[in-house]
Amino acid sequence: MVETLLKVRGLKIEGRSDETWSPIVNGIDLDLCKGEVLGLIGESGAGKSTVGLASMGFTRDGCRISAGSVEFDGIDLVQAAASTKRDLLGRRIAYVAQSAAASFNPAHRLIDQHTEAPVQHGVMSRSDSEADGVELYRKLRLPNPEEIGFRYPHQVSGGQLQRAMTAMAMSCRPDMIIFDEPTTALDVTTQIEVLASIRKIVEEFDTAAIYITHDLAVVAQMADKIKVLLKGDEVEEAETREMLAHPKEDYTKSLWAVRSFKRPQKPAVQSTSVPVVSVQNVTAAYGKVPVLHDVSFDMHAGRTVAVVGESGSGKSTTARCITGLLPPVQGQIELDGIPLPADYRKRDKSQLRQVQMIYQMADTALNPRKTIGELIGRPVQFYMGLTGSDRRRRVEQLLEEIELEPSQYFNRLPSELSGGQKQRIGIARALAAEPKFIICDEVTSALDQLVAEGILKLLARLQDELNLTYMFITHDLATVRSIADEVVVMKEGRVVEQGLKEDMFRPPHHPYTDLLLSSVPEMDPDWLTNLLNERGVDNIGDAAIDKMENESPV
Amino acid sequence: MASILKIIAQRLALGILTMFVVSVVIFTAVNLLPGDFAEAILGQGATPEAVEAIRKDLGLDQHPVRRYISWLSGAVQGDLGNSFAQANFAAFVGTDTGSGLSSVATQIAPRFENTMFLAGVTALFAVPVSLTLGILAALYRNSVFDRATNIMTLSSISSPEFFLAYILILFLAVMNPILPSLSNIYEGMALGERFTKTLLPALTLTLVVTAHMMRMTRAAIINLLASPYIEMARLKGISPLRIIVKHALPNALAPIINVIALNLAYLITGVVVVEVVFVYPGIGQLFVDSVKIRDIPVVQACCLIFAGAYILLNLTADVLSILSNPRLRHPK
Amino acid sequence: MSTLMSIALILIGLLGAGWLLRFVGQRLTGNKPFFRDMALGVAFGYVFGALVLVWLVWAYIQSHSADATTANNFFFLGKAVEGFAIFAVAAFIFRLLGRHIGPDASRKIFRSMPLTASFGVLVILIYAFVAIFAAWLAPYGQEEVLSSANIVPGGNPAIGGNPDFPLGTDQIGRDIMSRLIFGAQNTVGIAFATTCLAFFIGGTLGFLAATLQGWLDQLLSRGVDVLMAIPSLIFALLLMTIASAWAGSEKGLLTYYMILIIAVIDSTRVFRLARAVGLNIVVMDYIEAAKLRGEGLGYLIFREILPNAYAPLLAEFGLRFCFVFLTIASLSFLGVGIQPPTADWGTMVRDLAQFINFAGFAPQVASAPLLAAGAIALLTVAVNFVVDWMLHKSSGLKE
Repeated sequence: MVETLLKVRGLKIEGRSDETWSPIVNGIDLDLCKGEVLGLIGESGAGKSTVGLASMGFTRDGCRISAGSVEFDGIDLVQAAASTKRDLLGRRIAYVAQSAAASFNPAHRLIDQHTEAPVQHGVMSRSDSEADGVELYRKLRLPNPEEIGFRYPHQVSGGQLQRAMTAMAMSCRPDMIIFDEPTTALDVTTQIEVLASIRKIVEEFDTAAIYITHDLAVVAQMADKIKVLLKGDEVEEAETREMLAHPKEDYTKSLWAVRSFKRPQKPAVQSTSVPVVSVQNVTAAYGKVPVLHDVSFDMHAGRTVAVVGESGSGKSTTARCITGLLPPVQGQIELDGIPLPADYRKRDKSQLRQVQMIYQMADTALNPRKTIGELIGRPVQFYMGLTGSDRRRRVEQLLEEIELEPSQYFNRLPSELSGGQKQRIGIARALAAEPKFIICDEVTSALDQLVAEGILKLLARLQDELNLTYMFITHDLATVRSIADEVVVMKEGRVVEQGLKEDMFRPPHHPYTDLLLSSVPEMDPDWLTNLLNERGVDNIGDAAIDKMENESPV
Repeated sequence: MASILKIIAQRLALGILTMFVVSVVIFTAVNLLPGDFAEAILGQGATPEAVEAIRKDLGLDQHPVRRYISWLSGAVQGDLGNSFAQANFAAFVGTDTGSGLSSVATQIAPRFENTMFLAGVTALFAVPVSLTLGILAALYRNSVFDRATNIMTLSSISSPEFFLAYILILFLAVMNPILPSLSNIYEGMALGERFTKTLLPALTLTLVVTAHMMRMTRAAIINLLASPYIEMARLKGISPLRIIVKHALPNALAPIINVIALNLAYLITGVVVVEVVFVYPGIGQLFVDSVKIRDIPVVQACCLIFAGAYILLNLTADVLSILSNPRLRHPK
Repeated sequence: MSTLMSIALILIGLLGAGWLLRFVGQRLTGNKPFFRDMALGVAFGYVFGALVLVWLVWAYIQSHSADATTANNFFFLGKAVEGFAIFAVAAFIFRLLGRHIGPDASRKIFRSMPLTASFGVLVILIYAFVAIFAAWLAPYGQEEVLSSANIVPGGNPAIGGNPDFPLGTDQIGRDIMSRLIFGAQNTVGIAFATTCLAFFIGGTLGFLAATLQGWLDQLLSRGVDVLMAIPSLIFALLLMTIASAWAGSEKGLLTYYMILIIAVIDSTRVFRLARAVGLNIVVMDYIEAAKLRGEGLGYLIFREILPNAYAPLLAEFGLRFCFVFLTIASLSFLGVGIQPPTADWGTMVRDLAQFINFAGFAPQVASAPLLAAGAIALLTVAVNFVVDWMLHKSSGLKE
């Protein structure tokens, strides 16, 4: 029998809002043995981070532990004196935060922050700890381990900072580390490196860990067992393989099932047909900074073109060129074979009407002071000239189209809707213009997986009914798999590769596409291990990109 | 390091440019006066000869642009022109104009020194007290202490300076005669006595400025304590004192410098009313008196000095916070 | 030095008492976290606070002592304590009433209102009432010179008061209470009009700059930067000098000039805020969506931006009002603001200020100038409390 390190019983946490306390976590039990990794997953608002922090005996401002116990190695952290907790934190329990850039103090060098905990807790002398830090940096495969510690946080990239933070958490060789979504803010190719190094070091020092994430595929690689949370309640807990193979609860099953939605591949278009929107040799710049270089691709009626790339690849800029918000320096946009004026202010009403947009953040895309009826009614009135009861009827029709009951939603404000419902309103507003072409800018990435699935299905249905053309901007390859007909891969403002989806997911690839595809975690718990065995640690992430660029400049 | 010097040089250039534009604004504003200000000053009863004499003497017969240039070049060299009040007097007694005029600079210099003394004494009290209270309120936010100080500082900010001044006079000078209610300071006064006489106006200003400064400090520190790296430090088991000293203070430097500079700049405005209440012979009182008798050259000069001090303080804060920013000090 | 020594001794004593408090607390409660984790400084704070409260109670009792000298010495403190208590109780009752009377919406607002804010709302309502009905409320006219001058406030004939003039009369025999009431109309009314004007100018330009951006934004912003580089009271005084030359002998005209001058100076601050708020809204996707739809400038500003800017603008209106109100009061106090014989609080303070020096003999005498100054302070405190609550509420919503 392995020794239990952390024992949480009946943990209840309340949060303060408007002078009253409302429950966030309603009675969670949790056990963690020495050297074990527990994955804590759930959608946003499930209370996973709150539980993670509470297992260190810590609550954020405006939260409090109202009941239950958190026993770490026999000490109840809920009741313990502040000084007792201080002695444990950093020395035996460590924390790795989501945003390393914000969690490192900008005023001190990395190594000074690294050695702080060991020196303050009396574990190591300053010089020993410094040497140890360099050793850890090396183990975590940071470039220039001897030198990187003497930099300030803003001089180091995000993925490297995240690894430096893992090193800092390891500085006292703690018994337990809480990882709070350590890779969520990173691009996929960077993420994989961080995942590999976290896993390596946790295994090497036999540290127990709680790994918090919303990404099932990530947790499958990292955890020995998984606990699923929903709105502050535990849904179920099981060994990772058991959980993936045989989820018991309906909610867990539905999470797993999300990945199954997939539309059949449509055949290639005839070369004679005129594309709905054609991007032709577009080069664009913000001021003097060039962001797009000679981008060309076509989008044909009734099809979905997914534009894929990591942050900064120029996907959204391309969309801004198409809508006319950013007139290109060179090249042009054609609608039905006719060139569009570069600036949206020079386009006429019908041209504006044909190109609509759905935004990533439904919160900022809908004016919070307008009712649903006004939001959807405005384009109806503006473009179609409908007023009074005609307008109302059309809005109701659109609401039915997006599967919301008109009588219930017509007079509501956006703040009274859930994230998924808001996104549906955004779709209805675009449909109200009766466009040919809709740009979907990361429309599902701010949503939880189940809700995102619903939106994708709705978009697919609408496309079939209305023969719409979508330009689907995303960084998530799973979404591409499920909805795209054609794929355009972008990197640093250039199109790297384009073609039918089926072809794109079948080798041979362009080396960057290959790297991108291989970096997306899969649900198979052996995926990371296999990948590392197959490619070797030097052929993943930033290291691979550097290598690629040295060998064949894009 | 080169980039930081460049940024500072830019700020300095901008400050000088602002100062120049401000001087244009002040000069133009004064020249909006109806008719001729020699007439406006002397009134209807003045003899044409007196008006003409003044006009010549002050160069009013010249083109405004020319006058502006000579005024500005004089001001840069410390020559702020001659006071009308004196000129007026000289004209009426009929003495030789030109020699009997008292220059604005000689009038302002001793008073400027007095005002700086008052502001200095105020800063001496206000800065340490308000920083301490502000940091305490931030650390114990939402406690009884925080709420009580919130109410008191809000009340103090809301009260006009003369209200606070009279309350202090009432309690500290009239009901309990501890301090003098009149600050009649003269040259050659012993430092101790001068300090005692300055105490009451300085206390009044302290009350106002402390409230502002404390609230800003509190807000800045709370903002800082909410940052993830402070949470990280707590989760590393660092002691509260060390968190404040090692993690919060280096980053709080820029906001605190800003708070201090802003409030010292605020002092400049506050000094006017307080000096009048206590009959303190500073530049503020001179300014108000000159406004009342429309002594344009003095008003102009005082305005320029106030604006200059204001711009200088803001500039200093700007430069200091650039210097204290690690991102700029250690470029990539 | 002896005073310094005694202060040091008292502080050390308090620290000891704090330690004792914590120690006893730990023993009595069986080491509950409250006392266990209490820092010595916090314990010191509790003891100090308790001491101040005890002293206030003692002073209040002194102010009602039979001995006239002692009572006089604590006269103002007693009145302050009474005033504080009365306002606290009134605010409490007002909030209680608000929670049970009226439509659901207002009841909901009152439910989440702190006592300070309900005090603020109550005071603002009272001021508004007095300002609007000043002509009916005031027993005498504001410029009316009555038979007897220098009547002591309090209405006690024994010390020179007169029940007909409860707050006494000034040096030339005008009723102080009537002038205070008319002052509400004049001072508050003028400040309100000035603030509205400042908002009209600054708000319009600020939103225009935020929406159009480009050269107009640059021009306006740089212009505002320059105007803001001159401290506002100083700039106001400079312009008032010129205005007084313009107005010449027509003193009434000067008030209008003052409104204009302060409104323009203050509109620079409003411009900054409106522009910042506008810029925050303009980057929202729904504005981009409206632009791409082809909407015109008017629709963008009035239908898309403005509805989202009400909350910060309202809070700013409160703050600006306080600022304008204090500036006008200061100008009047300095003698260059609202001109006599119009009753105005700032001017009244200046005219009556010398009475303060007689407080040693009869404290009632000094109350007249303090009442005028207090009337200014009370309103700004009230507005600030309400604004503070509004800001707190809107920042709470964001989290």
